[in-house]
Amino acid sequence: MTASFINPVAAVLIIPATAAVLLVLMPGYRLTARLNVLASLMTFAAALTLFVTERPTPGTYVLIDDLNIVFIALNTFVGFTASLFSASYIGHELESGRLTPVYLRFYHAMYQIMMFGMNLAFVSNNIGLMWVAVEVATLTTVLMVGIYRTHEALEAAWKYFILGSVGIALALFGTILVYMTARPVIGEGSDAMVWTVLVTRAVAFDPALLNVAFVFLLLGYGTKVGLAPLHAWLPDAHAEGPTPISAVLSGLLLNVALYVLLRFKILMTANPAALAPGPLMVLMGLASLIFAAFMLYRRRDIKRLFAYSSIEHMGIIVFAFGMGGPLANFAGLLHMVMHSLTKSAIFYAVGHVAQIKGTQRIADIRGLTESHPALGWGLVIGVAAIAGLPPFGIFMSEFLVVSSTFAREPLLAVPLAFGLLIAFGALLLRLTGVAFGKPLGSTAPVAASYVPLYAHLALVLMAGIYLPPPLVAWFRHIAILLG
Amino acid sequence: MRGLVFDIAHLLAGSLVLISFVMLYQDRLYALLNVFAVHALVLAMSVTWQAYVQNAPHLYVTAAIALIFKALIIPVGLHRIIRQLGIHRDIETAVGIGPTMLAGMGLVALSLMLMLRVTAEADPLAREDIAFALSIVLLGLLMMVTRRNAVSQVVGFMSLENGLILAATAAKGMPLVVEISVAFSVLIAFIVIGVFLFRIRERFDSVDDSALDDYRGERQ
Repeated sequence: MTASFINPVAAVLIIPATAAVLLVLMPGYRLTARLNVLASLMTFAAALTLFVTERPTPGTYVLIDDLNIVFIALNTFVGFTASLFSASYIGHELESGRLTPVYLRFYHAMYQIMMFGMNLAFVSNNIGLMWVAVEVATLTTVLMVGIYRTHEALEAAWKYFILGSVGIALALFGTILVYMTARPVIGEGSDAMVWTVLVTRAVAFDPALLNVAFVFLLLGYGTKVGLAPLHAWLPDAHAEGPTPISAVLSGLLLNVALYVLLRFKILMTANPAALAPGPLMVLMGLASLIFAAFMLYRRRDIKRLFAYSSIEHMGIIVFAFGMGGPLANFAGLLHMVMHSLTKSAIFYAVGHVAQIKGTQRIADIRGLTESHPALGWGLVIGVAAIAGLPPFGIFMSEFLVVSSTFAREPLLAVPLAFGLLIAFGALLLRLTGVAFGKPLGSTAPVAASYVPLYAHLALVLMAGIYLPPPLVAWFRHIAILLG
Repeated sequence: MRGLVFDIAHLLAGSLVLISFVMLYQDRLYALLNVFAVHALVLAMSVTWQAYVQNAPHLYVTAAIALIFKALIIPVGLHRIIRQLGIHRDIETAVGIGPTMLAGMGLVALSLMLMLRVTAEADPLAREDIAFALSIVLLGLLMMVTRRNAVSQVVGFMSLENGLILAATAAKGMPLVVEISVAFSVLIAFIVIGVFLFRIRERFDSVDDSALDDYRGERQ
C-alpha cells in the first residue's frame, strides 16, 4: 500500500543515481551509451507513472503536485531523447579524437548525476534541499562544459563556475533569510524550511524581510535562468561544451532554476503585504528579451546564436509568469514546454551539422538543405518554430503572451512585440544563409540520429495545431495555482 | 551571562567583517592567503560559540570543517599552487585600493542599514549576525570584481561563503546547515582543483583571467 505510491518518486531519483555508479564502473563506450539511454528511458517511464499513481502526502522532503509533475515529465523526456542523440554524437567525437574513452565514461556518469540533481530539485519540498539539488546539477554541467579541455572550453567552464557560484551564494543567502522570516511564526527546526508549510503560514511572515529574501533569490536563481544582466555565462557554456549538453542546458537546466523561482513566487504572493514579485520578473524578462534579440544579429557562432535565443525565450517565459493571471501563466507554461522541445531539437540538428562541417562558424555553413536534406530541413523547421512562425506551438504561446499583455497592460506589450520581431528577423536572416544557397564545406553523408530531432518537431507541430483537452485542463489548473 | 553571550558573538562576527576589509587591501597573494586562513579560523570560533550557546552539537561539525578544511587544507594547497605557478608577486588590482576601501565601507553601511531595518523584530543576536553576514558577502563580491587574478577571485569567493556560513549558523535552529557547509566545501574543492588543472594542462599562460576574456568567439 505504502510502497505503491512512494515508488515512482523514489524511482526518478534512484534510477539515475544507480546508473551513474554503473556507468563509472563499466568499460566500452557502446555499452555505456546504451545503458545511458536505457536508464534515461526508465526514468522517463517512472516519471510517467507519476501521473497515474496516488501522490504521497507532502512530507519534510518530498512534494508531488500538479506543477512539478509537468516539469519532471518534460525533464525526463528531453533527458531521454538527448541521451539518444548523445549516443550517436559521441561516436563521432571518439573517431575525431576530441574525446577519449576515459572521458566518455566520466561524461555518461555525469549525465546521470545531472538528471538526478534536476529531478531532486523538482521533487523536493524543502527549500534547503532544493538549493543543494540545483547546486549538484550545476556542478555536473560545469564539468561537462569543460570536457573538451581546449582553451575555450576551460574558459567557458571557468566563467560558468564563477558566475554560477555567485548565483548559488546569493540564492543561499535568500534561503537563509526565508528561514529567518519563518522561524518566529513556525518555530525552529525543519518545518520552517518546508515549502508547503511555508506557503500556508506565509500570511503571518514579516513582509520586509521576505522582500529582501526574494530579491536575493531572484538574483541568485535568476543567474541560473540566464536573465540579463546575469546571463554572461550562458552563451559560452552553450558554445564550448558537447552539443548534447547544450541541448540539456537550454532545454532543462534553465527550467530547473525557473521552477525554483516559481515556487518562491507562489510563496511571495501568499503574503499580501509583501512586495509583488510580478513587476520585478516582468522587468527582468523584458530586459533579457530585448537585449538578447539585438545580440542575435552579431553572432558568428551557430551554437552561440541559439544560446542567445534561449536567453530571449527565458525572458519571454519569465515575463509571462511575472504578468501572472490564468491566461499569462498558461501561456508561460506552454511556452516553456515548447521552448524546451524546440530548442533541444535545434541543438540535435546543430550538433550533427557542426560535426560534418567541422566548424561552428555560421559563415562557413551554407546550403544545408541541398547537401544534407534531412538535417537541413530539420534545422529549417526548428528555426521556423523557434522564431514563432505558425503553425508551430511557439507561435501559439507567444500569441497568447502578447494578446494577454495587450488586454491588460498595452504599454508593456509594445516593447514585448518589438523584441519578438527583432529576434524573429535575426533568426530568419541567419537561417537563410545556413540552409539555402550553394553548399559550402564537406558534403559527406552523415550517420545522424533523426528520431529525437523529428520526434520533438512533430510534438511542437502537433501542439500548435491541436492541444489535447486533458493537457489544457491540466495547464489551466496549474495556471490558477500559480496565481 | 546573557550580556556576555551576546558580546562574544558580536565580537567574533565583527572581527570577520574587519578581516574581510584587511583582505581587500592585501596586494600579495601569500599575505592574502594568510589573512584568509585567519578569516576561516575566526569563523570556526564563531560557529563553535554558536554551537555552544544554542546547544546545537551538529554545528561543531561545521566548525570543524571551517577549521580543518578552510583554515588549513585550502590555504596550504593554494600556497603550493601559487608557488608552482610562479605568481607569488603582486596582485593586479583592477581598481585602486582607496576606491575599493571606500566602496567596501559603503557596502557595509548599506547592508547594516538594510538588514537592521528589516529585521527589527528578530532576536538581537541573529539580527546583528545576519547584518554582519551580508556585509561579509558583499565584501567578498567586491573582492571578486576588483581582482583579476583567478586565485584571488577564489579567495574572494571563499570569504563570501564564510559570510553565508555565519548567516546560516546565526539563524537559530536552521536545519541542513552541516549539509550545506559540506556542499560548499565540495564546491570549493572543485574550484581549487579547477585552478590547478588549468595550469597542469598548460592551457593558460597565466591564471590571470583577463587573458580569459580574449576569446569570445565573436572577434574574428
